[in-house]
Amino acid sequence: MTGTLRFGTPQILFGLAVAILVVFVAVPVLLIFFNALWVDGAFNLADTIKVLSEPETYRALINSLILASGVTVTGTIVGTFFAWLVTRTDLPYKGAMKVLFLVPFMLPSFIGALAWKMLLSPRSGYINRFFMETLGFPDAIFNIYSYHGIILVETMYLFPFVFIQVCGALERMDPTLEESARISGADLFTITRKITIPLVMPSILSGALLIMLYSMAHFGTVAMLGIEAGIYNIPTLIYERIHQSAGSFASIRTATVLSTVLVFTAALIIWAQNKILSGGRYQIIAGKSFRPTEIRLRGLRTPLLLFCIAYIGFTIVLPTVTIFLVGGLNTYGLPISPENMTFDNYYHILFEWDLTRDAIWNSIGLGFASALITMFAGVIISYVIVKMKVRGKGILEFLGMLPFSVPGSVIALGVILAWSGKYGVNIYNTIWIILVAYIARYMAFALKANSAALEQVHNSLVEAARASGATMWQALRDIVIPLVRPGMVAAFFLIFLPALRELTVSVLLYGPTTRTIGVAIYTLNEDGETVYAAAMSGVALIIIVTAEVVVKRFFKVKQ
Amino acid sequence: MSSVEITGLSKSYGDREILKGLDLKVEAGESFTLLGPSGCGKTVLMRLLAGFETPNRGRIRIGDDVVADAGTNVPPDRRGIGMVFQDYAVWPHMSVRENVAYPLKIQRVPAEDRDRRTNRAIGQVGLTGLEDRMPSQLSGGQQQRVALARALVSEPKLLLLDEPLNNLDANLREEMRFEIRELQQKLGITIVYVTHDQEIALAIADRIGVMDETGALRQVGRPDEVFDRPADAYIYRFLGVANFVPMHRVDGEWRFPDGIGRWTEAPPDLPGDRLTLGCRPFDIVVTRSGDGLPGIVRRASFLGAQMDYLIEAGGVTFRAATDSRRALSPEYCFADGESCRLTFRGAQWFDAAASDGEGGPR
Amino acid sequence: MSYLKLNGIDKRFGNVAAVSGLNLEVAPGECVAMLGPSGCGKTTTLRMVAGFEDIDGGEIVAGEKLLSSKVQNYYLPPEKRDFGMVFQAFAVWPHLSVFENIAFPLRIRKLSGDEIKRRVDEALRYTNLAKFADSRPDDLSGGGKQRIALARALAIRPKVMLLDEPLSSLDPHFREEMRFEIKDIQRRLGFSILYVTHDQSEAMALSDRILVMKKGVVQQVGTPRDVYYRPANRFVFSFIGLSSFLRVRFASGGLYVDELPLPLSAVEAAPDELVGAGDGVLAVRPSDVDFVDEGGLRGVVRRRSYLGEIVDYQIAVGSQMLRVQKTRHETGPQVGETCGLTFAMANWYPLSDIAEA
Repeated sequence: MTGTLRFGTPQILFGLAVAILVVFVAVPVLLIFFNALWVDGAFNLADTIKVLSEPETYRALINSLILASGVTVTGTIVGTFFAWLVTRTDLPYKGAMKVLFLVPFMLPSFIGALAWKMLLSPRSGYINRFFMETLGFPDAIFNIYSYHGIILVETMYLFPFVFIQVCGALERMDPTLEESARISGADLFTITRKITIPLVMPSILSGALLIMLYSMAHFGTVAMLGIEAGIYNIPTLIYERIHQSAGSFASIRTATVLSTVLVFTAALIIWAQNKILSGGRYQIIAGKSFRPTEIRLRGLRTPLLLFCIAYIGFTIVLPTVTIFLVGGLNTYGLPISPENMTFDNYYHILFEWDLTRDAIWNSIGLGFASALITMFAGVIISYVIVKMKVRGKGILEFLGMLPFSVPGSVIALGVILAWSGKYGVNIYNTIWIILVAYIARYMAFALKANSAALEQVHNSLVEAARASGATMWQALRDIVIPLVRPGMVAAFFLIFLPALRELTVSVLLYGPTTRTIGVAIYTLNEDGETVYAAAMSGVALIIIVTAEVVVKRFFKVKQ
Repeated sequence: MSSVEITGLSKSYGDREILKGLDLKVEAGESFTLLGPSGCGKTVLMRLLAGFETPNRGRIRIGDDVVADAGTNVPPDRRGIGMVFQDYAVWPHMSVRENVAYPLKIQRVPAEDRDRRTNRAIGQVGLTGLEDRMPSQLSGGQQQRVALARALVSEPKLLLLDEPLNNLDANLREEMRFEIRELQQKLGITIVYVTHDQEIALAIADRIGVMDETGALRQVGRPDEVFDRPADAYIYRFLGVANFVPMHRVDGEWRFPDGIGRWTEAPPDLPGDRLTLGCRPFDIVVTRSGDGLPGIVRRASFLGAQMDYLIEAGGVTFRAATDSRRALSPEYCFADGESCRLTFRGAQWFDAAASDGEGGPR
Repeated sequence: MSYLKLNGIDKRFGNVAAVSGLNLEVAPGECVAMLGPSGCGKTTTLRMVAGFEDIDGGEIVAGEKLLSSKVQNYYLPPEKRDFGMVFQAFAVWPHLSVFENIAFPLRIRKLSGDEIKRRVDEALRYTNLAKFADSRPDDLSGGGKQRIALARALAIRPKVMLLDEPLSSLDPHFREEMRFEIKDIQRRLGFSILYVTHDQSEAMALSDRILVMKKGVVQQVGTPRDVYYRPANRFVFSFIGLSSFLRVRFASGGLYVDELPLPLSAVEAAPDELVGAGDGVLAVRPSDVDFVDEGGLRGVVRRRSYLGEIVDYQIAVGSQMLRVQKTRHETGPQVGETCGLTFAMANWYPLSDIAEA
């Protein structure tokens, strides 16, 4: 900024920013590529293809594709329909409905999967048993351990991606685009078909790709519901290989090859999404705001309202209630009735059992530490990217956004490769390796929030301070830092909240005493401790929802 | 208050040379306006004055201090300037009082003195009573007043204003330009004001410097000099709506493009048989009869205080205007399609190239 | 003879009266502009005519067709009103080509392919868009987009065109050009225009009559010259064009501005009821004040600003300030000189009016 210094503050900040990103982000990802494509120090694509064509790996690839496509289709339909309903019709209680449809965003999907397992597993699921035992059905009405089951559960938790995008587009859309169609003679349903839907199509597609991206790399639901039926996708197979074979070369290699495929697929999806957002995005943002004309649902008003309530009841209330009730049972499998209920399970996991108590403190500690570190690193890096005129900051932007296209399981694997002693530092099986992985995983969130805040601070605000007689440091202290503080707070919580419910990364990295909340629930379930798994999930839900509400209330963080 | 002296100032970004060897002197206590189209380098010049950019060559002197030349570049915080930005740049997290007091706080002015001067600056820009408002509670005009008070509070040697009225609506812009002018005259400070709006420039300046796209200063002079005696067609066009008519001389007589209409006013004192006649809408007097150039009123538009005409005459279309009081009196009231006579006053002559559209930005 | 009729229109938003008792008749081929400060109800009125808002009183009729009626509780939806409408933000559909944008209303009306082609081509010609038929709207500039919107509105050959600040999103340069293009097309096709704008010179240049509104109440309907030179009240006077005011005291010896005598002439004659009240406000346009060497109201030049074509003066008259504008071809006094002022046109308003507006 001063322009005359050869080596000064800007260069120090730039070097620091590059170092952070290289160590935490670039090295692990490069190690994965290297392990996937090089054998004995030589580039060997043939061997990579051989790994991919093994039946199990091949099957996992196909499964990932099937599941992701299925979830994308159903999630997009559900999300678009509800978005249209709450923004363009006279549905009663639209505002409340809109908030409720966003609730699945804050609930961890693996807890949902656990709940649905308890409700719809073929033999012991409560709903299936009700139909078989009470109504006398010969078979279970629905088997959750199936492609359908996984797609159903993932859809419930991922449709908000489309919902949020389409709601935003419909709300911001210039109402005169629709009004001019009306004055041209078109009725409301023609307008919806010919004008509204085509105009929000980019938002629909962009949301759909987000679902796809997330579902491709999704671990929890598939691990909870798929393994029983032998359905593996890429992340679950990576987990299986790393865990079962205790780090043998062959398993590491399979995992790195799968990771590479995942990274490239994710990169492709992100590329497609950027393409749609930048190229196909129409200028439909409103200048003047009149509320758009609502479609009168007339006779369908009440049925559609009931449908929405039923949907919310079925997808949010029912699983949540199930979790808390099962968590209070004396023994799993008993009917849910007052005489079988106890608070002992909750007491036990909160105050007596080291495994669960450690998990809670680990998650809180990890969330707090990673959020704090990433927030400060994020400020420095985004300051360099947004405000400084330094050569080579394009590489910084690229490195910073890289974690967006690198799924959690890949980051975990990369961190294992980099920090297990091969390069001088061994923190495997300690809490530190999870912290390192979290920092890599959430760096992009911090950069996004901080960059947005910094871009609001126009250069002239700083220059006005300089013209008022303030030095560069005084201007930073008095103007820049106070103005980006909201962005820093936002970054903190954008990391802290997801870190609380994280599973995909920590499940690959945990050691005996370094379980996180997610890992604890997952392993309890695997070990058949269903009741404790449910109780722990109940506790997790309370912690997560409390944190979300507190944050929204007091910090007004927008996600 | 200080004079500003710029000698041989050059600035380039990479291969792009924005300013080359610019010389300019602004007198102490003068209100000086740099007028030019966007991208002409006027903002760069202002940023060089403020110290946000370093010149490649040349010297800037503010008062007795050399603030920039080879080897010297005094940073902005030590140049003793005040500056007002186009986007106000009022700090959103500070109240009006805190914004205005900030320069004094940085200078460690004792609290009592600081309060007194802050209140005085707030009073000067007419914001007394709004001291504790936050910027988000102020209108655009009020925010710009805060920025002005903040720039004035430390009694700068030089006040720089970078298109500060651009974001304001037309009425407020008109009001503020007179206010800034009055404040400048009252306080006797030196002002350098950058704008692309010729109306503001004319209203606010003791002298105007007109810059072109190449970063060169084409003319420096008083508003009436620049407006009435422009150095070239570029400046003429830049300062307002203008008609350019290619004229040619036949048998010692100047003719309009149709070859029939004759120029009956004083002949130009430029050499050559082809020249360009420049005239502004108000320079054309439209009458019903007489021996002026015959023409046909294509369109007469009543716009309130003035009447606008589109008139075909001499093989070209003229834009003419007159004040409505005259235009609406029966003998001057024209309907579309009626014939008329045109006489010219205060017209300008330029070389033939000026009518090829080379002349300027419009 | 009138085509579009608005009879006693009322509109309320909650407890706020947005429009009260509005009457307006628009003749075939006539252009009426609605002018007023933001929030005065002009846009709401246009939207009621278009059918985007229903009415809380009165009725709207176009030709033989009833559009909205409170008494009959009748409301024809916008798609059945057969108006052309152009919006401020262009509102052209970015996913359709220029041709398809214009063809949309014709396709809705199920015209034959040939007829659609013919009508779209015609509309494209009128708006100088012929060579852009296959372009995407986003490839055109703001002015181009507004032409598409205009062509789309023309395609159904409406009898009435509704324009909602159609030029305010354009560059000043384009604005003037489009202004006259709209006027030319109207002359050729003969439709009526109901027009909302906040730009006075646009309203003056384009319209046959201007309707001035304030807080939902019509202040005046008249030709541009009427509203400029014969304003119905002080609000209209100060809203249209520049204005300047002097407080005047009526005493037995004559008229005084502060202690300075104000020599009377015919145009300045104050109405009797003001003379009776003892004081009033003399309202003038800065361009209607003339400098005289001898006599007149005496003042001192405080500021003289050279604005190019116009020279703007601030004259101190006693303790009051008066604004005067002269073209640069007219000579005037210098700063500090004493001058005499006479008034070519003047309006008188009671002193109590001064609080508002």
